[in-house]
Amino acid sequence: MSDVMTERQALADRPGGTSVPVSLKQARLPRWTPAALALASAAVGCGIGLAAGLDSRVQWGLIAALLFVVGTFVLSAAVEGARQAKDRLATGLVWIAFLLAVIPLASLLWETVARGSKVLDGYFLSHSMGTLPDALPGGGIYHAIIGTLEQVGLATLIAAPLGLFTAIYLVEYGRGRLAKAVTFFVDVMTGIPSIVAGLFVLSIWILILGFGPSGFAGAMALAILMVPVVVRSTEEMLKLVPNELREASLALGVPKWRTILKVVLPTSIGGITTGVMLAVARIAGETAPVMLLVWGAKTINTNPFQDAQQSLPLYVFQQWQQGSEASYDRAWAAALVLIAFVMILNLVARGIARWKAPRGGRS
Amino acid sequence: MAKRIDVSGLSAFYGNHKAIDDISMSVEPRSVTAFIGPSGCGKSTFLRTLNRMHEVTPGGRVEGKVLLDDEDLYGPGVDPVAVRRTVGMVFQRPNPFPTMSIFDNVAAGLRLNGTTKKSDLTDIVEKSLKGANLWNEVKDRLNKPGSGLSGGQQQRLCIARAIAVAPQVLLMDEPCSALDPISTLAVEDLIGELKERFTIVIVTHNMQQAARVSDRTAFFNLSAVGQPGTLVEIDDTERIFSNPSVQATEDYISGRFG
Repeated sequence: MSDVMTERQALADRPGGTSVPVSLKQARLPRWTPAALALASAAVGCGIGLAAGLDSRVQWGLIAALLFVVGTFVLSAAVEGARQAKDRLATGLVWIAFLLAVIPLASLLWETVARGSKVLDGYFLSHSMGTLPDALPGGGIYHAIIGTLEQVGLATLIAAPLGLFTAIYLVEYGRGRLAKAVTFFVDVMTGIPSIVAGLFVLSIWILILGFGPSGFAGAMALAILMVPVVVRSTEEMLKLVPNELREASLALGVPKWRTILKVVLPTSIGGITTGVMLAVARIAGETAPVMLLVWGAKTINTNPFQDAQQSLPLYVFQQWQQGSEASYDRAWAAALVLIAFVMILNLVARGIARWKAPRGGRS
Repeated sequence: MAKRIDVSGLSAFYGNHKAIDDISMSVEPRSVTAFIGPSGCGKSTFLRTLNRMHEVTPGGRVEGKVLLDDEDLYGPGVDPVAVRRTVGMVFQRPNPFPTMSIFDNVAAGLRLNGTTKKSDLTDIVEKSLKGANLWNEVKDRLNKPGSGLSGGQQQRLCIARAIAVAPQVLLMDEPCSALDPISTLAVEDLIGELKERFTIVIVTHNMQQAARVSDRTAFFNLSAVGQPGTLVEIDDTERIFSNPSVQATEDYISGRFG
């Protein structure tokens, strides 16, 4: 009996160890504390800003954020103890980081919608600039939409299969030096500035081979930018496919190429599609190569293989350059259309990813 | 249709590391042969050399001979794909194809190998699912995803998938280690039925399971960590578990190691 007692004593007294806690309950701040603190610090932040006569609202916000973090920490440390205080400190910082990231995005969207919706209507979407002088209101972006769709479409037709097959090679077949070299050059390609891709195609296609500007020339430069993105994202998706599935298929006596085609690709098709769509969204906003290779146009040109075309980002740039009130409005409206285009692509990609994702669970 | 396997002087490597050393044994047709032994002794590696799945692992290579009714699996001109159609495999963790329905999972091997006539497929799928004792549980939901089944059902689905391509030999790599006792019993009963038609080789860590299901048992061991695994002995299951000829086997079976 006494042995047991001394053992317990020893356990409780062991160096560095805390004795058995008396209760599992602990003082906690009420649930509404963070919200109340946030409101209070916002108010105090505005008050200080007003009193000190600070012009910038950013400074007001920073003061409020600082007050919130410090206030939460002090209050929590006093009531709940050090561990909870640190937890709340980290949570507060994460929230502030989130707000900092969202503010530019929301402000950008708000600005574009507010300014872009002024001239955005059916007429704007269905007419080109034609012979309209830049200073006058009117005109539209039909020719730019056609151009962007064709150039991005052609670039995707070139880059998606190329990137897909490269990724399949790297994940399923690539061993040794060649695979390492390919990986290295894909990494290098990821870092190519878009203007360099444009200059590359310009020097070969237009200067050396002597072709004129065309949507296709632009599409080639866009494809150069797109390939590494597709390779990278597809590679990651293929690596996520469990090896067990490949082995299960191989053990059924299925050749490797059919295993890849019928098991590996269907399992990862959702992620691959998302990756391709994101790459498309990325190149849809490229201006530099388009300016070098497609040149821009005021009229509708539906043939991407002949003569200059327009594209949305280039249209925005050119309208902004004109500097008249009417062309500013058109630039904003075109920017809004471009953002909407990219957003719709993203939504479609997500839809496909969800629709194609391997179904788990009981159903 | 079941075939006999004769292995002689087989060693398997991962890169420069020798995983199993100089194994020779025979596996009788229409019987169940169990492989037992401590982890890392090369049972699974050896099993995978029997349908050329070992070389799927990067760096995996094999020396020696595996005769399947007088035909060397590692002879020149032998197509590993053809070998795997003849020697099927069931894995430790149930791995149904997540994008396919129950029906498509069972039909996968056939369809991926070119049988596409719907009526043929329906027949074979039903036969295979019945063969795997799963038909009654899934016949009303053949078009639902295979990943929605329970673990035990998934494993029987994988067995159905393996027997659908009509192999001669069925290799099972710890097929019950992820299953509860009831599902294990179902799979063991199934093994008893399947041995009428197939040659079965099963790796297991469960000694009672080896004693229950197998006709012959092979004991593998390794002399030290990092050393290649070797075959200690192979004999009738009854003898291995009652009166083995090597002391190490008896020690392992009765739980006395080292």
